Amino acid sequence: MKMTKALWHRAGQLGVTLGALLATRLALAVGDLPGGPAVNQLDLHPPVTEIAADQRWLHYFMLVICTVIFIGVFGVMFYSIFKHRKSKGAKAANFHESTTVEIVWTIVPFVIVILMALPATKVVVAMKDTSAADLTIKTTGMQWKWGYDYLKGEGEGIGFVSTLDASQRESSDSGKPAPVDDYLLKVDNPMVVPVSKKVRIITTATDVIHAFMVPSFGIKQDAIPGFVRDTWFRADKVGDYYGQCAELCGKEHAYMPIHVKVVSAADYTKWVDGKKKEMAALADDPAKVWTLPDLLARGEKVYAGNCAACHQANGKGGGPIKPLDGSPTVLDADKTKQIHTVLNGQNNGAMPSWKQLSDTELAAVITYTKNNWSNKTGQLVQPAEVAAARK
Amino acid sequence: MSAVIDHPGHGHDHAHDHAHDDHGAPQGWRRWLYATNHKDIGTMYLLFSFTMLMIGGVLALLIRAELFEPGLQFVNPQMFNQFTTMHGLIMVFGAIMPAFVGFANWMVPLQIGAPDMAFARMNNLSFWLLIPAALMLVGSFFMPGGAPAAGWTLYAPLTLQMGPSMDAGIFALHIMGASSIMGSINIVVTILNMRAPGMTLMKMPLFCWTWLITAYLLIAVMPVLAGAITMTLTDRHFGTHFFNPAGGGDPVMYQHIFWFFGHPEVYIMILPAFGIVSAVIPAFARKRLFGYTSMVYATASIAILSFMVWAHHMFTTGMPVTGQLFFMYATMLIAVPTGVKIFNWIATMWRGSMTFETPMLFAVGFIFVFTMGGFTGLILAMAPVDIQLQDTYYVVAHFHYVLVAGSLYGLFAGVYYWAPKWTGVMYNETRGKIHFWWSLISFNVTFFPMHFLGLAGMPRRYADYPMQFADFNAIASVGAFFFGFAQVYFFVFIVIPMMRGKGEPAPQHPWEGAEGLEWEVPSPAPFHTFENPPKLNASATKIIA
Repeated sequence: MKMTKALWHRAGQLGVTLGALLATRLALAVGDLPGGPAVNQLDLHPPVTEIAADQRWLHYFMLVICTVIFIGVFGVMFYSIFKHRKSKGAKAANFHESTTVEIVWTIVPFVIVILMALPATKVVVAMKDTSAADLTIKTTGMQWKWGYDYLKGEGEGIGFVSTLDASQRESSDSGKPAPVDDYLLKVDNPMVVPVSKKVRIITTATDVIHAFMVPSFGIKQDAIPGFVRDTWFRADKVGDYYGQCAELCGKEHAYMPIHVKVVSAADYTKWVDGKKKEMAALADDPAKVWTLPDLLARGEKVYAGNCAACHQANGKGGGPIKPLDGSPTVLDADKTKQIHTVLNGQNNGAMPSWKQLSDTELAAVITYTKNNWSNKTGQLVQPAEVAAARK
Repeated sequence: MSAVIDHPGHGHDHAHDHAHDDHGAPQGWRRWLYATNHKDIGTMYLLFSFTMLMIGGVLALLIRAELFEPGLQFVNPQMFNQFTTMHGLIMVFGAIMPAFVGFANWMVPLQIGAPDMAFARMNNLSFWLLIPAALMLVGSFFMPGGAPAAGWTLYAPLTLQMGPSMDAGIFALHIMGASSIMGSINIVVTILNMRAPGMTLMKMPLFCWTWLITAYLLIAVMPVLAGAITMTLTDRHFGTHFFNPAGGGDPVMYQHIFWFFGHPEVYIMILPAFGIVSAVIPAFARKRLFGYTSMVYATASIAILSFMVWAHHMFTTGMPVTGQLFFMYATMLIAVPTGVKIFNWIATMWRGSMTFETPMLFAVGFIFVFTMGGFTGLILAMAPVDIQLQDTYYVVAHFHYVLVAGSLYGLFAGVYYWAPKWTGVMYNETRGKIHFWWSLISFNVTFFPMHFLGLAGMPRRYADYPMQFADFNAIASVGAFFFGFAQVYFFVFIVIPMMRGKGEPAPQHPWEGAEGLEWEVPSPAPFHTFENPPKLNASATKIIA
């Protein structure tokens, strides 16, 4: 008796602790993220495309059928469990086979399954129809960021890379991330698309398999290196929509979000114009000869955006990631060694190839690593040297 | 007194022992290292798999500890990927599969009236191969760069980036595969050649039937896995380009080969559990199994269909419309024979005279919770819905409902049902019930919220996640720790006392409604049983002479 009381007391204490713990967590000042996950969301995202709406309908349809069958089957089972107990004096019957019954409960589920498959078939066909797109965008999965290239339609020629906000990545490492609504979903350059236009997404990758997913649009398509696959969406509503990489792609798998901004046709045109001007301004003259301070300033930005995720801001790396601070390759008087590593990668792509960065960016970041932390080589790498190494 | 630990030749019928005492059964450690007795080997398999279950469980708890709240508190993402990968590999190849082989070793000869397994020395080898394989797999954590971190599916080309531990992992899987194939050949030959006179195939207990079919599946698909990982190995070291796109290889080809193994593998892990449940339900309903013949056919249909559905794991790789439709239809079709099995079990319970000892609780819990996993499987089979749910926590919830509540609960039902025969003592019923309810509740607390996380789009294998997912992750983590402790409780308070022979002595026939030849031998089962073929009654469930 005493023992049970003590046990109940303990259980009560535990319950209170757990309750308090959950309550403090709920008090975290995080709200729903429109176009992204809602707090304790129970269902699929509110659909923004016809396909996503169809998927949600199919899911409800399945849920209803499954619930009805579940209640039916387990209603019978639990009735039996309560009625046909030895303790209630139930005597075992003797029946143990019936071909008729077996045939019935083979045929009936078969028919139900066909009924389920019919509406799904229509959606599969619609999902795979990527013809007659208004805009085609190639999305390239890279460890660990997304590249967007506008291939066809308004904005043709625009291309940029989209990475997770660096402060959020640091915040994750700190173990006590600040409670923001778009935690791990904020990127520097979102993909921008016009509303009500059919957008075809072509996926590929440079290193390993990634997957491009935007739940509100009902799309998820693996991005496979060396291969090209496609999917499509037509967003009905202006807004911001979020997704994440859905195929395990290595260390930073959780840190390559997707942000798609759906804007009106007029805003889209405005964005295209702005982006084109910005790109023209950013385009560096590859023949320019830079000074050390300029290269260092530029290199620091390139490093933060591309290298710091693995090699860390302090250049020390960690685990399998090699340190740059004090690295023989970085310190080597022969500059081509490091240029070669950065261009072509190393260890089967564990250190990926960075060919997609411009000559200027590569020259800047290499110069930066050669003259930062305890590395004081005084060496300067010019864009022309990187361009020469590419050949 | 317990057959599990006692020296063979003590504590039971001495008339029987005479014959083998003459050829000097080895003692001490030699008894286990040189073991050729199916009961000893079965015991070793079961203890091995429980050890691996604990190691895999610790990894699971490390994962859940990291995911308890947003942000990285304990490990870096690379380490996290190692945990998820090794948790999967250890549970699948180290815990669940060997556990069923352990059951087969113990029960198949007893159920068909055979003196032992057909190839006793190969049986020894197939067990002892597991030890170096497991050491290599778990030891890979201590290799430079840590354990493999490419997910248990080992998708190329991520595997090509892994450190030397990947090779250790591949060799470990090769060895475990060889062990599985040997075990399967042994089971097939034993069942086909060594049944007692009168034990025709269609009178054989369903556990033997499901294992016969499973063994064929294993022999068919383990070489396929070996091929896939060997190609990965040569890609890594010998300059081939099977899966490396840089040399014209195809990463999706790896997935096709892997899942051609991987889907039948799913049934390898569940069919023997179906067999166990088909033995337990009739025993505690005190009524014969309903639709024995249709159960056999349903098992065979599931096995055959399992070869035709592999690409449903790959809907998001970008298959052509016809491919998606074919694999969607074929997958949904599997619901039919699986449904037949559930209906047959419920019809067996119907108008029975039921009692609910622990084996029955686990069997009923199995039907109830496994069916939930079956329904989510049906939902995932729908290609358009799968596009939303592929690679999210919904999938994690789904396969833990079928693998934990399915395979593991089936195993627990089997342990409680047959352990009195193995050890000669009864387990403590109250403790068994505590284990059941504790496991059932904490299991659902852990995995049910994952459905919501998946629907809301939280991808699996994520070391950190957006804040909106925090509460369900916290609940799942708390549940996981309770579930883990329940299994420690099971080992300390149920397994150990039984192995030490503590508890009420078990009668030869401890379950009123149980039928079958295993209940025709004393408890604990003597070291040697059925040395002379028994004479069986018409239903092949009793010995008449």
